[in-house]
Amino acid sequence: MGKIGLIIKREYLSRVRKKTFILTTILTPLLFVGVIGLVVFITVKNVTHQTVAVVDPNGYLKQSLESNSVVTYTFDSNVDTSNFADKGYTAILIAPQTGINKTSNFQLVSDKSLSSIANDRIQDDIATTLENNIISDSLKIDPKLIEAIKKRADETKLVQIKKDEYGTLQQSNFKLASSIGYVTAFLIYITLFIYGVMVMRGVMEEKTNRIAEVIVSSVKPFQLMLGKIIGIGAVGLTQFFIWIILLFGISTILTSMIPPDVLHQMQQQQGSFNASSQQTSEAVQTIAAAKSTLSTINWPLVIGCFVFFFIGGYLFYASLFAAVGSAVNEDIQDAQSLTFPITLPIIIAIILMINCINDPTSQLATWSSLVPFFSPIVMMARVPFGVPGTVPYWQLGTSMALLVLGFLFTTWLSAKIYRTGILMYGKKPTWKELIKWARM
Amino acid sequence: MAILEAQNLKKYFATQKAVDDISFSIERGSIFGLLGPNGAGKTTLLRMITGIFYPDEGQVLFDGKPFDPLNDIQYIGYMPEERGLYKKMKIGEQALYLAQLKGLPKNDAMRLIKEWFARLDMQTWWNKKVEDLSKGMSQKLQFVTTVLHQPKLIILDEPFSGLDPVNSNVIKDEIFRLAKEGSTIIFSTHRMEQVEEICDHIVLVNRGKKILDGTVRNIKQQFKENLFRIGFAETPVVGNNNLFEVAKKTDDQTLIVRLNKGATTNSVLSHFLQNGANITSFNEILPSLNEIFIRQVEGTPAARQFQTVTA
Repeated sequence: MGKIGLIIKREYLSRVRKKTFILTTILTPLLFVGVIGLVVFITVKNVTHQTVAVVDPNGYLKQSLESNSVVTYTFDSNVDTSNFADKGYTAILIAPQTGINKTSNFQLVSDKSLSSIANDRIQDDIATTLENNIISDSLKIDPKLIEAIKKRADETKLVQIKKDEYGTLQQSNFKLASSIGYVTAFLIYITLFIYGVMVMRGVMEEKTNRIAEVIVSSVKPFQLMLGKIIGIGAVGLTQFFIWIILLFGISTILTSMIPPDVLHQMQQQQGSFNASSQQTSEAVQTIAAAKSTLSTINWPLVIGCFVFFFIGGYLFYASLFAAVGSAVNEDIQDAQSLTFPITLPIIIAIILMINCINDPTSQLATWSSLVPFFSPIVMMARVPFGVPGTVPYWQLGTSMALLVLGFLFTTWLSAKIYRTGILMYGKKPTWKELIKWARM
Repeated sequence: MAILEAQNLKKYFATQKAVDDISFSIERGSIFGLLGPNGAGKTTLLRMITGIFYPDEGQVLFDGKPFDPLNDIQYIGYMPEERGLYKKMKIGEQALYLAQLKGLPKNDAMRLIKEWFARLDMQTWWNKKVEDLSKGMSQKLQFVTTVLHQPKLIILDEPFSGLDPVNSNVIKDEIFRLAKEGSTIIFSTHRMEQVEEICDHIVLVNRGKKILDGTVRNIKQQFKENLFRIGFAETPVVGNNNLFEVAKKTDDQTLIVRLNKGATTNSVLSHFLQNGANITSFNEILPSLNEIFIRQVEGTPAARQFQTVTA
């Protein structure tokens, strides 16, 4: 094993063996799921069931106002505003006395104000009831029939199909693609920062510990810098790898809970459901729907690009972080002022990405996804929309090639600054001095 | 044959002529002292010898051939003045890592580490971390990691700083042992009493230039002032003479005399004997390296001034 291999091994093992690494790697996805679960749980838990007494002298609510999971409506003529609480109702709904199908002047009387969820639900229920009444009055048809007609109309779906994929039955799912783009681009954004700063801190540690000079009497400074960058990058990849395995594990467990015949049906129908699958529970349907929608994405391509742009972007920025780490001393504030010019393009990239994701074929999206400063984030956001549909091969290829050239350049530049920086103690160098070191 | 030869080395920084045309050569198996006040250019010189810096001008010959950092680095052990270790790393692993970086295969490295740890009473340290060690202990570890790969040339920059007298002696004995086994040692310091004890050959640098070069013995001879300490049973009255003058008269029956040019020690002795003095001792006083050092460096500003270098 070469010397650089030894350095990579040390950098990698010293981090992976840490308890904090193991904890954060396993706990982060769990925490993520946990937070979502908690939010859902609190929201659901907060919806308390309401029983509402309805005073409806004209009787036009009675026909189709149906109780549901949030509100139970009881038509009770013996209740008024003075005794509804004693009879166990949380509120009393009073319909207007005059005017048939009048939409205003419905009153809801209660001791405490109802939650906005209950309030909205009651209002929606009344609106639906009135709508049905008005339609049935003017067309003379059964209000129950109206409900069925509406349900059918609701199932309308617009499928976007790209021209060159027409006939392959591949449906383009803009919403899904953009959310995958968002998530992957943000992941790259966050990891560039986390691992970039990790490299910078590692270099600073070696410098302030005064071990740098001991090591560079055995290996070249360039080997030390590259070994550190690759070692920490491998730590990042390990973390992703574990996360992907965890995700696949969770999704396999969820899939195994769906009965095979339902799954088969879902796949045939490409996500459109009708009353025939009513016997399966709603949750199973949701999971199956999610699964069939997710299968429209070219996962090997997305994951492959993610790994490439993570590695490329990481190498591009990590060496710059290493150069800054070598230039400063213990003082973290010095480091912050020097890292600003490096973090700025990362932040610009995320702003560009947010603009590009709504129109992934725009001029801005095309050009910014070619520039190595931004491409790891912007191109990653565009890839889920489809290659070569949205992103032509030449763009992806050029972007990748430029990124490779870019990180070769930043590594070369940083190595020159690093070589001088790690043996320089004293005051923080200015940018002018850094440029001079790079020229030496 | 010289193991290391520095030829007209120059290294200029933006505001300093750190090393300005220095040449010297070091014999195989010798203990060589590189002396100089703070900021004289010692560290820069050593960094050029160890391949960390490239000289602006001049060259370094290692074993008779131009120094090739890539290959020759494994024959050199360098303990810089600004030294350190990974604080969170276990001591055994750290020693192994540093040895492997020098190119030792794992098995050999393990065997040598165990040998050294046994010799210096460090066996119980293996699974401790560096942050658990005292300054002196980590100094000892640093020394072991420097010499572990059996380098031909060992460069020690202030190796005794932070060590108590007992551990200093342990390290000193190891240095002698290594020299005896054929290693060449460059010893950089500004602590003169250690140099006098250890070194065969010294070079004194100041302000980037070499000002002295020679064996300790020769340099002392070169700077002697013909002073002699003479002990008497009873201090005699010294009359005027052309042989010597009294430099100092001490209470305890001793005189320190400076011989005039042309006078010999025998003539001085016979002068006293003729006067019936009862001599109990007669020694030459050689200047200590410390005195020579101070005399040579004196008169130059204690701190180097920044200057604009045009070269």
